[in-house]
Amino acid sequence: MSIARTNRFNTLAAHGALILYTLIALFPVFVIVINSFKNRRAIFREPLAMPNSETFSLIGYETVLKQGDFFLYFQNSMIVTVGSLFFILLFGAMAAFALAEYRFKGNTLMGLYLALGIMIPIRIGTVAILEMMVQTGLVNTLWALILVYTAQGLPLAVFILSEFMRQVSDDLKNAGRIDGLSEYRIFFQLVLPLVRPAMATVAVFNMIPIWNDLWFPLILAPAEEVKTLTLGSQVFIGQFVTDWNAVLSALSLAILPVMALYVIFSRQLIRGITSGAVK
Amino acid sequence: MSDQHHRPKFRWHIVVFLAPAVLVYTAVMIYPLFNTLRLSLFTEVDQERVYVGLQNFRRLFGETVWSDQFWNALGNNFWFFVIHMLVQNPIGIALAAILSHPRLRFAAFYRSAIFIPTILSFVIVGFAWKLILSPIWGIAPGMLDAVGLKSLYAPWLGKEAYALTTLSLVSVWQFVGIPMMLIYAALLSIPDEILEAAEVEGITSLSAFWKIKLPLILPSIGIISILTFVANFNAFDLIYAAQGALAGPDFSTDILGTFMYRTFFGFQLQLGDPHMGSTIASAMFAIILVGVCIYLFGIQSRMRRYQF
Repeated sequence: MSIARTNRFNTLAAHGALILYTLIALFPVFVIVINSFKNRRAIFREPLAMPNSETFSLIGYETVLKQGDFFLYFQNSMIVTVGSLFFILLFGAMAAFALAEYRFKGNTLMGLYLALGIMIPIRIGTVAILEMMVQTGLVNTLWALILVYTAQGLPLAVFILSEFMRQVSDDLKNAGRIDGLSEYRIFFQLVLPLVRPAMATVAVFNMIPIWNDLWFPLILAPAEEVKTLTLGSQVFIGQFVTDWNAVLSALSLAILPVMALYVIFSRQLIRGITSGAVK
Repeated sequence: MSDQHHRPKFRWHIVVFLAPAVLVYTAVMIYPLFNTLRLSLFTEVDQERVYVGLQNFRRLFGETVWSDQFWNALGNNFWFFVIHMLVQNPIGIALAAILSHPRLRFAAFYRSAIFIPTILSFVIVGFAWKLILSPIWGIAPGMLDAVGLKSLYAPWLGKEAYALTTLSLVSVWQFVGIPMMLIYAALLSIPDEILEAAEVEGITSLSAFWKIKLPLILPSIGIISILTFVANFNAFDLIYAAQGALAGPDFSTDILGTFMYRTFFGFQLQLGDPHMGSTIASAMFAIILVGVCIYLFGIQSRMRRYQF
């Protein structure tokens, strides 16, 4: 058998395996979304058929938008995610700069202390976190979530960003110092713009777990006006278990924003993972 | 010259740069972590917090009401982890190996598509699979019927014998993208010269994978294993979204995360108990710590890192 022949066979087998797995990965999402556009009878009679003029129905979406406050939930999730990312990036970059730039007593120790949180999940401390949030009156506020996610995201952010900050050239910073720039301006004006790609990577890594988290919203902010989209859809679906149109539409609505974010950021995410940011 | 000139000025900017991160991290993560460990040594008597030493741990391991649940959750959690190691990671490695093949067309498309489940929330994943596997809707039985295997169908999520394995596989479905991406990155970083040298020696495709690539990506496989371990032993969301806090049927899908949640918050008639909740959290902390230490001192330090 010629080499060309084996090669073609290998390529076909490779595509076959990948197509099969892609179908497995996408099938559930596909089924949920197409059925959310069908009327109740069609959902049960032909679950795998595409909606057509006869079976098309938006009744589920109407129920969802009438009953659940999805815009509010969406807004809450947005505030929490963007707020947490802002603090993770700002505080993380500042600490990473201090660790990467200056020699001082306890530098290594501080680095190790901040790195502890990479491996230990913050959920272990939930009981005491709730107690603290109750005492400080932060329970059922979005601040509680922002603080928790900031603390959760900082260790990996400091770790990744300090690796990148070590690569920024000393000449540039020293030139700035000779020109009389303060250390703060060196950080904000010279260094930060140079590590922007690394900051984007950190942001994308943190975005998805924060947006999707169920545990802390459930425990720290279950009140109606501060519910996140993840918790809101969980509660909503739980109440409407028997209304299949509503459940399927709620699921589709919850998938939508994440998919939109993914389409926008997937290149960044994949580049971040494959550039070996996580070693 | 007085020695004032020799003593370096205290560099306040270092403090300013470090303070916000260290404060938030210490106040919201490290302090509550140790406070939770401390709370496990207390209990509540007449609405007052009383120090009781290790009594909570004695209850957790000694009283059958507690210990039965604990060992059940721990055993389930181990099975959950074993399935991830045996199914998720090999599939992830296999997909990465195929994707990393040079000159493969549409690689970027496959990569992005296979990663999609990973970005969905547990709530979506849990409910979507619950609906698909449900006997009422009939997608799963219908599809099995189409290939003539209808007899294999059972309401998997409702049967004690299958529910945990089914949910573990759903979780595998969701997270296969992570080992795939990390291994893919590791495979791409193997220099071409090594593979070309192997090719000259007559080692190609499959045997090249086993003999050359696999040994080189062992450190990445180690990292994936410890990430899987930590994630599995504080998992909660998927079980809660699909089966509720009671982790039914009959606690057959109960893992440490759901057990801690139930104990801490209470359910149905049982009242929540923060001190027993802390005790379970401390046990989880110990388990994760042991796993991380085995990895750091037992596995990682023995693995040679290849630097290119």
